[in-house]
Amino acid sequence: MLSKKYPKEVKQILSKYPPEGKRSAMMPLLFLAQREEGYISKAAMQDIAGLLNVTETEVAGVVGFYTLYHEEKEGKYRIQVCADLPCALRGAEGFVKNLCDNLGVKVGETTEDGLLTIEAVMCLAACDKAPMFQTQGPEGIKYHENMTVEKTMELVEELRKSAA
Amino acid sequence: MTHILLRHREIPEINQLSVYQKNGGLAAFKNAVTTMKTTEVIDVVKNSGLRGRGGAGFPTGMKWSFADNKNWPHYVVANADESEPGTFKDREIMEGNPLQFLEGVMIGSYAVGANAAYIYLRGEFWEIAESLDAKIAELEEAGYLGDKLFGTEYSLRLYTHLGAGAYICGEESALLESLEGKRGQPRVRPPFPPSVGLYDKPTIINNVETFTNVPMIMTNGADWYKTMGTTDAPGVKIFSLSGRVRKPGNYELPLGTTFRDLIYTHGGGVQDSRKVRAIMPAGASSSLILVDDDKILDTPMDYLEVRKLKSELGSASVIIVDDSVSMDWLINKTVHFFKHESCGKCTPCREGTYWMARLTERIHDGRAVKADVDLLLNVAKQMQGKCLCALGEFSTMAVVSSLERFREDFDNAVKA
Amino acid sequence: MSKPISLTIDGKQVTVPEGMNIVDAAKLAGVYIPVFCHHPKLDPVGMCRMCLVEIGRPMRDRATGQFVMENGAPKIQFMPKLETACTNKVEDGMVVVTQSEKTAEAQKATVEFLLTSHPLDCPICDKGGECPLQNLTMTHGPRESRFRLEEKMRFAKPAPLGELIWLDRERCIFCARCVRFQDEIAGDAVLEFDDRARPMNIISVSDPGFDSIFSGNTTDICPVGALTTSDFRFGARPWELDAAPSICAQCPVGCNTVLNTRREAKSDGEIVVKRVMPRQNEEVNEIWLCDKGRFAYHYAEGKGRLTKPMIRKEKKLARSSWDAATKLAAEKFSKDKKDFVVLASGRLSNEDLFNLKTLADHAGGKAYLYSRMAGGELTSLVGVSAGTDFGTMGAGTAIVVVASDLYQEAPIWYLRVKQAAERGATLIVVNPRETKLDRYASFKVRYGYGDEVKAIHDLAKTGKESDALLKSGNVVILYGSEGLGVAGSQSVATACAKLLNDNGFTGKPNNGLIGVWERANDQGAWEMGFTVEEDLAKALKGKAVYIVGADPVHDDPKLAKALESAAFVAVQDVMETATTEIADVVLPAQAFTEREGTLTSGERRAQRFYPAVPVTGESKPDFAITAQIARSMGVILEGTSASVVFDLLADTVKSFEGLDYAKLAEAREQLPVVGRSDLYYGGTTYENKHGLGAHLSGAATRGEKVSIPKAEKEVVPHPKDKELLAVPINKLYHRGTTVMTAELLHQRIGEASVSLHPAAAEKLGVRAGQTVNVSFNGASGQAVVKLDESIAEDIALVPRSMGIAIREPVAVKVKA
Ligand SMILES: Cc1cc2nc3c(=O)[nH]c(=O)nc-3n(C[C@H](O)[C@H](O)[C@H](O)COP(=O)(O)O)c2cc1C
Ligand code: SF4
Ligand code: FES
Repeated sequence: MLSKKYPKEVKQILSKYPPEGKRSAMMPLLFLAQREEGYISKAAMQDIAGLLNVTETEVAGVVGFYTLYHEEKEGKYRIQVCADLPCALRGAEGFVKNLCDNLGVKVGETTEDGLLTIEAVMCLAACDKAPMFQTQGPEGIKYHENMTVEKTMELVEELRKSAA
Repeated sequence: MTHILLRHREIPEINQLSVYQKNGGLAAFKNAVTTMKTTEVIDVVKNSGLRGRGGAGFPTGMKWSFADNKNWPHYVVANADESEPGTFKDREIMEGNPLQFLEGVMIGSYAVGANAAYIYLRGEFWEIAESLDAKIAELEEAGYLGDKLFGTEYSLRLYTHLGAGAYICGEESALLESLEGKRGQPRVRPPFPPSVGLYDKPTIINNVETFTNVPMIMTNGADWYKTMGTTDAPGVKIFSLSGRVRKPGNYELPLGTTFRDLIYTHGGGVQDSRKVRAIMPAGASSSLILVDDDKILDTPMDYLEVRKLKSELGSASVIIVDDSVSMDWLINKTVHFFKHESCGKCTPCREGTYWMARLTERIHDGRAVKADVDLLLNVAKQMQGKCLCALGEFSTMAVVSSLERFREDFDNAVKA
Repeated sequence: MSKPISLTIDGKQVTVPEGMNIVDAAKLAGVYIPVFCHHPKLDPVGMCRMCLVEIGRPMRDRATGQFVMENGAPKIQFMPKLETACTNKVEDGMVVVTQSEKTAEAQKATVEFLLTSHPLDCPICDKGGECPLQNLTMTHGPRESRFRLEEKMRFAKPAPLGELIWLDRERCIFCARCVRFQDEIAGDAVLEFDDRARPMNIISVSDPGFDSIFSGNTTDICPVGALTTSDFRFGARPWELDAAPSICAQCPVGCNTVLNTRREAKSDGEIVVKRVMPRQNEEVNEIWLCDKGRFAYHYAEGKGRLTKPMIRKEKKLARSSWDAATKLAAEKFSKDKKDFVVLASGRLSNEDLFNLKTLADHAGGKAYLYSRMAGGELTSLVGVSAGTDFGTMGAGTAIVVVASDLYQEAPIWYLRVKQAAERGATLIVVNPRETKLDRYASFKVRYGYGDEVKAIHDLAKTGKESDALLKSGNVVILYGSEGLGVAGSQSVATACAKLLNDNGFTGKPNNGLIGVWERANDQGAWEMGFTVEEDLAKALKGKAVYIVGADPVHDDPKLAKALESAAFVAVQDVMETATTEIADVVLPAQAFTEREGTLTSGERRAQRFYPAVPVTGESKPDFAITAQIARSMGVILEGTSASVVFDLLADTVKSFEGLDYAKLAEAREQLPVVGRSDLYYGGTTYENKHGLGAHLSGAATRGEKVSIPKAEKEVVPHPKDKELLAVPINKLYHRGTTVMTAELLHQRIGEASVSLHPAAAEKLGVRAGQTVNVSFNGASGQAVVKLDESIAEDIALVPRSMGIAIREPVAVKVKA
């Protein structure tokens, strides 16, 4: 139960919106629900539906619409590389490929240790700092800009160590 | 030149409240709340000629005056969704000069009588949201936000709200749906947000950069602002320069600066000293400007002049395409973006982007025949003028313009 | 009426009310603008883009606000882009062009886009024949396919959204009608889109799947074959079906229906009902039906039907002739006048009940309605009458719902009350526990079981509720039997009737009392003078009983016992029941699908139903059987023509005065126009050509002086230590004879249950889901425990007609 696990956060989120706009708390609550496991479980959706007086199906519809919500458990960290036009004009496609080769996975796949999922995503508003990616993980979302494969592998090592 | 938006480039730590205040920050807000009528604030902004910096270029003061005064409460929303490929200016403002942006939102809120304003950030701006939250807390602490400000009857609170990965939520009515905890699909308009917006209440939505102009206009006056830029589009604009240039980045320049200035004076010229082949002035949503004549680079970048090149300035996210790039690859990229980001609500966009993507893939992979290229142009044109919101229209821009202006790339890509 | 607006559509000058959208306005002018997402009952969304038209508006001078004139007429400025006719409202002087090169191109484009991934499976699609996509493709679509087959978006073939409704994702055209219906109209937002862009698709993650009692309606308004019912899918082609107008006999709302029938090999060459469809009646059910009405029609089919008269001989029922059977009954009924009892249910038609009541009166016997809810003599006096229409209620009207869960008991009233509240009517829900209607209530009044009368009295005294109530121009009260038996419901009805009568809320449209009865024609029985008996068992003992359309032996062991010691039992019914098993004479009746007649709805609207399928065996209409028995008793009743019985009824019973079959069959044009043209697709609802019915008059309307006595306080038993007060509640899906025959609904019906407060359950040491024994007054039954925090700790809720014969509040022991 979200309200049991994060009572303070839930209360704080709900306080941002007027009573008639209670449903606005949906998206922040979904991020909260996703924090620990990296995905939103059916139980969490039920929970949020109850908190906001909406149906589970309405919650599922919202989860389905936005790409930063996930319904499946995958890597603890998602490395989301921008491969959109401006970054691609600056070598992002080659970067993704090299990175994947180094990690031994394809785009969309998760490393064997379950630590990383590599994804190619749309523009992240960092077009002048390509190649770049963001990591989505338990601590939220972080940007990593002007990256090389070497720098990325160093980051991966760090993540591995801290996860171990 | 000294910046008026990207002031952090000259003033270190202007993101700190004390530094911002020392540089005149928040005086405009306090002055407005304590000494000005709301209509007077709106008039200053109207007179400055400031236009929205989110893409459509709508006069900001006029928009503010549309807030329906028969229906209360009013809301203000800052559009920090910044998801157009090639756009990264709002992010730099919020990271470098956040207090000026927040002050702009606060002045706007006072001007339209809103007691609550939401800053809708794209979900990826997680770190920015956290730092804005800290700034808001500081402003509350310092008495700039909260109840009965400066001893007046006026109260104001600011809140951040994160999206979760959807370009369409930059479109203002989809943004409102999303802010209400729903799927981010655009609403039928009219009614427009100033009459029926957040929670069905009058709502003023402006871009981050638009708001960031406001404190400086209030401090220095409308006439001062009009000394910059052109008559039609006064003031400065941040141009996000990306693509095949040596020094990509944000450049704050008066509207009307030429492409050449931007690319060569500021952007350090084209990578590998190649030639500019095309310019996309409004990110992935642009009609490609064909640079077959060097003189085109001398076009001033403002709303009217760019339109003469059969394109739009939009959010001024200038993507430089050089002669190493083939257009079949390029539009395959843009079309895939829109296919991925179409909200799915209306038929032509949902089906058209999917159909176009299948065609551009085939063309780019060399599996297409010439008729497929004609079909692609036809499908794109068939979408135009029929979609519910501008996203569908945007998706056809690069396609139609490149097929009309760079046809040879496609003919080369298809099977003989 | 709102301001008239004049505009030009395709050169035709039309004047329509302000606020109308262009699609509807064009329709009135005889111009059909093709649509998919637009539905006259739903808010406009402008998403399919099928209705794009050219719109010109008179130009105004910015400075003066005056029209700019050109050649003596206002100058018209056309927008560069086409606009959606469904989202744009009419404006004075507007010029709309629906047929031009530009609009034709747009329509062709939209159809082509919709077809890019649409499967070419019309030959096996249930919508084939009534599919607007098919029709619009023929009229507006391209002739060829330019999208490669192998690039189409493909999905697995149909999957159930729940056990009632199936979804074929490939066929969906994303008009969101189903999603919007569930959200806006039904208030059960259990459908949504998942994903976005082209992979978008409809989902329901509710438990059970597609958890709404209105789900079937989505299959009507779905403009393609994406949503189908498991009941009908692959069952028949629409053009092979015959259509018989009918009235739903499941509850007192009286929804207008059509029974679609056909002769088929699968049913041994019989003519059978294939599906139940809504028939438009804007004053009753609009174009909607609840799922019970749509799916629970199977009881009239072959299985278990009585086909011939029978007489008990040497302890066994044996076939007899009609003559012998009716003569025997007549002989027994005539024996001792005082000992003759008619026990009839509200499943019967007005004609049946009239003959039964007349017979009982002539023979000097008693006529009881088989029901535990009283107060119908009051709804006859101060019930709603002519002109009453929930659809016209809004601001200025107060609707009070007392002791009833409308969602479960009268689903379509729930919809209509909800909509009235959304239009601004003051809704006051007076119920001991939370019900779904609370969501739309302006005021919620809670009371403890047994304190109903006080709660109603307080309503008329002080407080915000009574201010709102008494200041309203119109007041309608719906009362039910939640937690009430005969005496309790009598008290509640009296208190409500008194409130209405004393404050002048009677005798005019949209005012009066409505009973939320258990059966479709209980109101009719009350009009005829039937009464309910508190101690029915006692009233039956030793009597010659004529049971019609009821199964007391199955329902209540006490009644079963009483009937064992009856002098004689004649049972007249459609099906074999536990009661026919103990009968001395069994008389097979025709199902309502096989005959004609009328029913009186809870709103006191008499409505006709018509024969749809051939008669089963030797069965006869109830009124005819009664007439035949009567003849042998020397009483002459009409036994051949239902309409003649109705004429006699209208001559005898004041509230029916002036009505006849012709009047009930009158139909007017209804707005919005739905179901007539596929281009303007309102759904597969049927146009009403066979009658909108007519209201009965009330005493107050007739100018008679009415005075209502003071209500007596109800007496509820006081549970002793370790006992709970069990109160009956009503559920839509229950184990009654007319519902159980629909196998499709079994999953929703579930087991007998008892709901307890979690604390009460803990005290008793029982868990949710556990089967427990519920015992009371020497009887007992098994039930599954459910937990409900909204009820008091000393209460046990027991749904009616689920196997445990609790029909009024009673002290019970619950044991693991
Ligand atoms: C598909 C689409 C995406 C948009 N994305 C953004 C965006 O990311 N940021 C933004 O400020 N405006 C965006 N807009 C424009 C907004 O709808 C709106 O015009 C703007 O926020 C108004 O602010 P302004 O007047 O200050 O420009 C977008 C519009 C469309 C149609
Ligand atoms: S054009 Fe249509 S489908 Fe595309 S984003 Fe806008 S509303 Fe959604
Ligand atoms: S957009 Fe008008 S009917 Fe669908």
